[in-house]
Amino acid sequence: MTTMTYREALRSALRDALLADERVFLMGEDVGRYGGAFAVSHGLIDEFGPERVRDAPLSESAFVGAGIGAALNGMRPIVEVMTVNFSMLAMDQILNNAATLRYMSGGQLNIPLVVRMATGGGRQLGAQHSHSLEGWYAHIPGITVLSPATVADARGMVLAAIQRPDPVFIFEHATLYPVEDDIDAQSGAVEIEHAAVRRRGKDVTLIGYGASLGKALSASTELAAQGIEADVIDLRVLRPLDMDTVLESVAKTHRALMVDEAWRTGSLAAEVSAQITERGFDYLDWPVARVCGAEVPAPYARHMEDASLPQTPAIVEAVQEMFA
Amino acid sequence: MSRRKAVTPPADTPLEREHGIALLHGMLRIRRFEEKAAELYQAGKIRGFLHLYIGEEAVAVGAMGALRPDDAIVATYRDHGHALARGIPAGALMAEMYGKANGCSRGRGGSMHFFDLSRRFFGGYAIVGGGLPIAVGLALADKMRGAAPITACFFGEGAVAEGEFHESLNLARLWQLPVLFLCENNRYAMGTALERSESVTDLRRKAEAYDVAAETVDGMDVAAVEAATRKAVEAVRSGGGPRLVEFETYRFRGHSMADPELYRAREEVELWKQRDPIAAFTGRLRERGMLSDADLESLEAAVAREIDDAVAFAEAGPWEPVEDLAKFVMSD
Repeated sequence: MTTMTYREALRSALRDALLADERVFLMGEDVGRYGGAFAVSHGLIDEFGPERVRDAPLSESAFVGAGIGAALNGMRPIVEVMTVNFSMLAMDQILNNAATLRYMSGGQLNIPLVVRMATGGGRQLGAQHSHSLEGWYAHIPGITVLSPATVADARGMVLAAIQRPDPVFIFEHATLYPVEDDIDAQSGAVEIEHAAVRRRGKDVTLIGYGASLGKALSASTELAAQGIEADVIDLRVLRPLDMDTVLESVAKTHRALMVDEAWRTGSLAAEVSAQITERGFDYLDWPVARVCGAEVPAPYARHMEDASLPQTPAIVEAVQEMFA
Repeated sequence: MSRRKAVTPPADTPLEREHGIALLHGMLRIRRFEEKAAELYQAGKIRGFLHLYIGEEAVAVGAMGALRPDDAIVATYRDHGHALARGIPAGALMAEMYGKANGCSRGRGGSMHFFDLSRRFFGGYAIVGGGLPIAVGLALADKMRGAAPITACFFGEGAVAEGEFHESLNLARLWQLPVLFLCENNRYAMGTALERSESVTDLRRKAEAYDVAAETVDGMDVAAVEAATRKAVEAVRSGGGPRLVEFETYRFRGHSMADPELYRAREEVELWKQRDPIAAFTGRLRERGMLSDADLESLEAAVAREIDDAVAFAEAGPWEPVEDLAKFVMSD
């Protein structure tokens, strides 16, 4: 086992992908000489050169579209879009092309494209760098949406995504980059079909992904001290959702709460809640609860940003209500 | 009629008879195909949007003739002419417009989204400007592999107002990619004239801003289109980076079948019709003694047979089973 950060795990996977397959290349803003806005690709340009670690101009639509075109023509591009807010500039290419070309062409075209980006708040970066829009992506048929919450998944999901014949979007919560863990440095691709149960309990199901997983786990520790044992589920794959794992847990616990940094209205938490109700109504002893981001553009000031994001005490409180 | 003088080859440009007939044949196929499509649209056989290429035939036929089978093509939602000129069977296109399973996109694309990977026809794109980044990426892959093919990307002058046009020209030039940008300037973005949407209407200047060599060609003259495209293709293929060719053309029909044409004068349309690319080229072949009445009759007869067969192919085609609704969303 090797201790590495989430950032290093991503980098090691990118490096292995570049070494393993000549068709793989990285492309995006500042991925090369700068080393990546979050230093994920730091040093890779020295090893693989500027052709395969390709700095792109601030043209999100063109370089994401170019990634799609290169993928159509036999390459395996990994595109980095710095942050999810910037990816709005590439939404035409993502929605109208990446997600549709296979279908519109009657199955003739394949787009083995990986797009990575940072997501999420908690770093006082204000309303244009902090949102969690992966739920919008999870709305789109034709793509796979991943959210690694652990160091092992950071590495394994990149290696899994690069093997896929269809577009995969990886959302890396920006607060996770410095998080450390021990992983097998030689580990390969992980499966990207299922949610994972990160803690076993019998009383309540806490569901999260990305940075929300950590908050759900902290809440579960506090709850355990109060005699409430939580199952904690890491969704991992936001599209397609693995509801079987969630429902299996709810069948046991009869109570469910989802933690989601995104705005409550029309969120992934809303989708998970709806599906639990549709498929598991009879399991429930209590309405499905949601702890979501406040419906405001992300504020700058620390105390306001903290108040706008799901926090551990709010999760604990919401669970306590279920047992009141 | 033109805002400026377009490049036209001298009248004595050599033209082999056989090649001239082939160009005329190509344009006639598109014209008659489109006329039949309009008729079938009125009859309710074809639904959705239908954008006809009538008037612009010289562009697709001339440009496509200068490209090789291994070159990649990116087209627009007005893609019937490009698809026919590329050699996709008329039956597969007609069946696609019928929404049949034997259509070139298995009934999932329709008129605006023809695809044929075997002919490296990477599709009709219906978000204006959206095909340009795709073309840049196709060319990037070829360049990274050291492969010889180039990518030809058709788009209308309306796309020039989109950011993706500017991002793509910049990227293609910055990375010296083998992309040939082919601008079909039919003067109207749906109903908005170029003069009402662009502060600079000389499109070459926009290309030049990105250091992309550009020229303007009479898009109503199939031989001029072919000659200019051939020259540009050679420059791109030899590693000279991207080029842009603007074709001055005109659509004789509305933007789509739903267009009441309130934005342009009848007289203007009539004036352009006097430059009908098919009539003009027919006249030229006749003047040179390369085309007899019998030749023309036999061409028209062959085209009529092809269109009849295409309609029969579409009529006879099966519907995609509705159980396969979600097929091809993702790979199996």
